[in-house]
Amino acid sequence: MELTGADIFARCLVDEGVEYVFGYPGGAVLHIYDALYRQDKVEHVLVRHEQAATHAADGYARSTGRPGVVLVTSGPGATNAVTGIATAYMDSIPMVVFTGQVPTSLIGNDAFQEVDSVGITRPCVKHNFLVKDVTKLAETIKKAFYIATTGRPGPVVVDIPKDITAEKAEYAYPETVEIRSYNPVTKGNLRQVRKAVDLMLSAQRPMIYTGGGVILGRGADSLNKLVKQLGYPITNTLMGLGGYPATDRQNLGMLGMHGTYEANMAMHHCDVLIAIGARFDDRVTGNIEKFCPTAKIVHVDIDPASIAKNVKVDVPIVGNVDNVLKDMLRVMAETDKKPDAKAAKEWWAQIEEWRGIDCLKFDRDSGTIKPQYVVEQLYKVTKGDAFVTSDVGQHQMFAAQYYKFDKPYRWINSGGLGTMGFGLPAAMGAQFAHPDELVCCITGEGSIQMNIQELATCLQYGLPIKVINLNNRFLGMVRQWQEFFYQGRYSMSYMESLPDFVKLAESYGHVGMKIEDPADVEGALQEAMKLEDRLVFMDFITDRQENVYPMIPAGAGLNEMILV
Amino acid sequence: MENESGALSRVAGLFSARGYNIESLTVAPTEDPSLSRLTLVTRGSDEIIEQITKQLNKLIEVVKLIDLTEGPHIERELMLVKVKAIGHDERAEIDRLNGIFRGNIIDVTARTYTIELTGTSDKLEAFIVAIGAEKILETVRSGVSGIARGEKSLAVK
Ligand SMILES: Cc1ncc(C[n+]2csc(CCOP(=O)(O)OP(=O)(O)O)c2C)c(N)n1
Repeated sequence: MELTGADIFARCLVDEGVEYVFGYPGGAVLHIYDALYRQDKVEHVLVRHEQAATHAADGYARSTGRPGVVLVTSGPGATNAVTGIATAYMDSIPMVVFTGQVPTSLIGNDAFQEVDSVGITRPCVKHNFLVKDVTKLAETIKKAFYIATTGRPGPVVVDIPKDITAEKAEYAYPETVEIRSYNPVTKGNLRQVRKAVDLMLSAQRPMIYTGGGVILGRGADSLNKLVKQLGYPITNTLMGLGGYPATDRQNLGMLGMHGTYEANMAMHHCDVLIAIGARFDDRVTGNIEKFCPTAKIVHVDIDPASIAKNVKVDVPIVGNVDNVLKDMLRVMAETDKKPDAKAAKEWWAQIEEWRGIDCLKFDRDSGTIKPQYVVEQLYKVTKGDAFVTSDVGQHQMFAAQYYKFDKPYRWINSGGLGTMGFGLPAAMGAQFAHPDELVCCITGEGSIQMNIQELATCLQYGLPIKVINLNNRFLGMVRQWQEFFYQGRYSMSYMESLPDFVKLAESYGHVGMKIEDPADVEGALQEAMKLEDRLVFMDFITDRQENVYPMIPAGAGLNEMILV
Repeated sequence: MENESGALSRVAGLFSARGYNIESLTVAPTEDPSLSRLTLVTRGSDEIIEQITKQLNKLIEVVKLIDLTEGPHIERELMLVKVKAIGHDERAEIDRLNGIFRGNIIDVTARTYTIELTGTSDKLEAFIVAIGAEKILETVRSGVSGIARGEKSLAVK
C-alpha cells in the first residue's frame, strides 16, 4: 500500500523501535505531526524550546545507550536545535534529528522559515541528509539510525521538505542497509593487542586512563575484569566516570584540570599508559609538551582519527573498546607473563602517598553551605544510585568530584562542548528512559536559567526530577578564573536580579525548597527524595567564593597542580 | 567519492574547519557515474597529513582515499593562457616557446594567442616565467590531477 511521506516517517520510527520523539511543531512538519497524532506507538514529548528537545534526546541516549530522536520544524526550529546537536557531536552521542524543510520547489528562494539546515549543521554532525525523493525516505531514515549508532556514534540530521511528507510511496522499512563507503572497524588488530598486552605486563609504573568510549562502547564489564586482573591504578575522564567503579581502591578518581592529585601525579610519573576510549583532550593533558614524559602509550579507540591526534602513541589499536578489552583478556590468559609484583608494590606505595594529601578536602565547619558538601550528602542520601545530570560550571566539577559513580550511564554531562542549559532537559530524557529511577540535576543559578522553561514540560509529563541548584549568586566558574587570572575583576560574572526559585518552581506547579543552613542539607535532601512523584527544586544558598580545587592552570603540566 | 551534491562541501568544510589549506582541488565524475574523483593538493607535516587522511576517511561519502605522494605517481595540470601577440617578432617568439613547452595554440586573434599547455605545475610555472608575466592577459589552471604509476589503481571493486 502507498503511504504519504508523513505516514512513512511515523512507520519508520515504529519499525526502528523508537519509544520517544522529543520535539516541537511548526509549519514545515505539520503533515508529520498529523501522522504522529494518528498512531499510538511512538510517544511524542512536547518540550518548550527546540534546544531542550535535543538535550532531552541526548539524555535519553546517554542514560540508555540507545539513540535519541528529535523532530523540529524548519528555520528557527532547526537553528534552535543546533546547540544540542553540537553538544551531542562533541561527546559522540547517537542521535537522529529530523528537521522540517520548506517544499522542494521553494528551496533556495529565501522562503518563509527556510534555512540551509544541512549546511548549518554540517560541521557538527556525523552525517546529514536532505531527502529529495519520497521513495528514498525510509531508506534514508534507516541509514541515519545506522550511521548514528555504529562506529564512533554521533548525531545525524535528516532534513525533510514539506512536499515529501505529502507525496506517496510504497512503504517498506529496510532490515539492513549497506553504505559502501562506511564500514566502521569493530575488531582490533590481534598483533597490536598482543604487543599492547606485552607492554602492559612489562610496566613498572602502569596507569590506565579511560574515557567516554568505555561507556559508549559498552566496555565497562570487560574493563572491570582487566583492571582487577592487572591490579593497576585507573583514572577516568569527565566523560568516563562510571566506566569503572569510583569506590574501588584502584580508582584514583578523575584526572585533568580539576582531577585528583593522585590521578594526575600517577599519569605524570607512569612508564606505561593504557588509554582506552579516551581522546587526550586538552582539559585532560594540560600542557601537551609536559604530558606523561616517561610513558610508553597504548591507545585503544574506535576512531582512527583520535589516535595520534594530540600525542604520539606507541601501540595504537583501532577497534570497539569492548572487543579489544575482551581480546586483551584472552591474550593475557594465554601468556605466562605476570605483572611485576615488586614494582607494583612500590608504585602503589607512592600512589598512596599522593592520595594521602587528600586533595578533595574542604572546610566542614563553615557556617555557609559548601557546594561540595551538598553533592557529598546527595551521594549519601541517594546511595550513589541516582542518574545525575549536570550543567556547566563549578557545580559540574563538584558533581564529578564528589558523586562517586559506580555504574556506567549514570553520569550525564556536556563534557566536550560544555553547554550551559544541558542539565534539566537531559534529566528529562533520562527520566523518560528510566521512569522508576531517581534522576537528579545538579545545576547552578546561571545554567538553570538557560532552559528553565522546561519546568513546564516536567509538569506536563509528571517527571519527578530533583533539581539541586548550587546557588552561589555568581557565574562561579567564570568568577574563579577572574579571581585567579584577572586580579579579581569580576567582569559580568555576577548574577543580579535572580528569581525567587521557590516561587518560580511553585508557579510551574512543582515543589520549591530553599536551604541556607549547612545543618539542614541532609534533612532537606531526604525530605525531597520522599516526594517520589514530584519535581522538587532545591535552591541551596552556597558559599559565594568557593573555588574548584585542585586545578591545573593553563600551560602547566599534570604534576603542577594548585592544591588549595 | 559518491557523486552527490553535498560531498564536495563536506571536503571543503573539513579543510576550513580544521585549519588545513587547499592548494588545489579538482573534481569530476568518473566512468562510473555514481562516483566522482577528487584530487586535492595540500601541504603539511607528516602528522598533519595523517590527520587529514584520517579525517577525510571519516566522511561518509569518501569511498576510497590514497596519498599519491607515498609512491611513484604522475601529476598533470592543464593551463590555458591568453597572451599579447603583436607583430611578427613577438608572435614568432611565442610560437617558439610554445613549441619548446609542447603547447598548442588553440585560438588566434590579430593581437593575441591562446595557448593550451599540460604538464606538472612546475612546467606550467616555468612557461609563465619564460613568456613573461607582463605579456600575459589571462590564465586559467585546472588544478592538479594525479594517478599512481604502475598497476596500482584506485578503482572500487
Ligand atoms: C551556553 C554557555 N555560555 C557560556 C558558557 C561559559 N561558562 C562556563 S561556566 C559558566 C558559569 C556557570 O555559572 P553557573 O551555572 O551559575 O554555575 P557555577 O559555575 O556558579 O557553579 C559560564 C558562563 C558556557 N559554558 N555555556
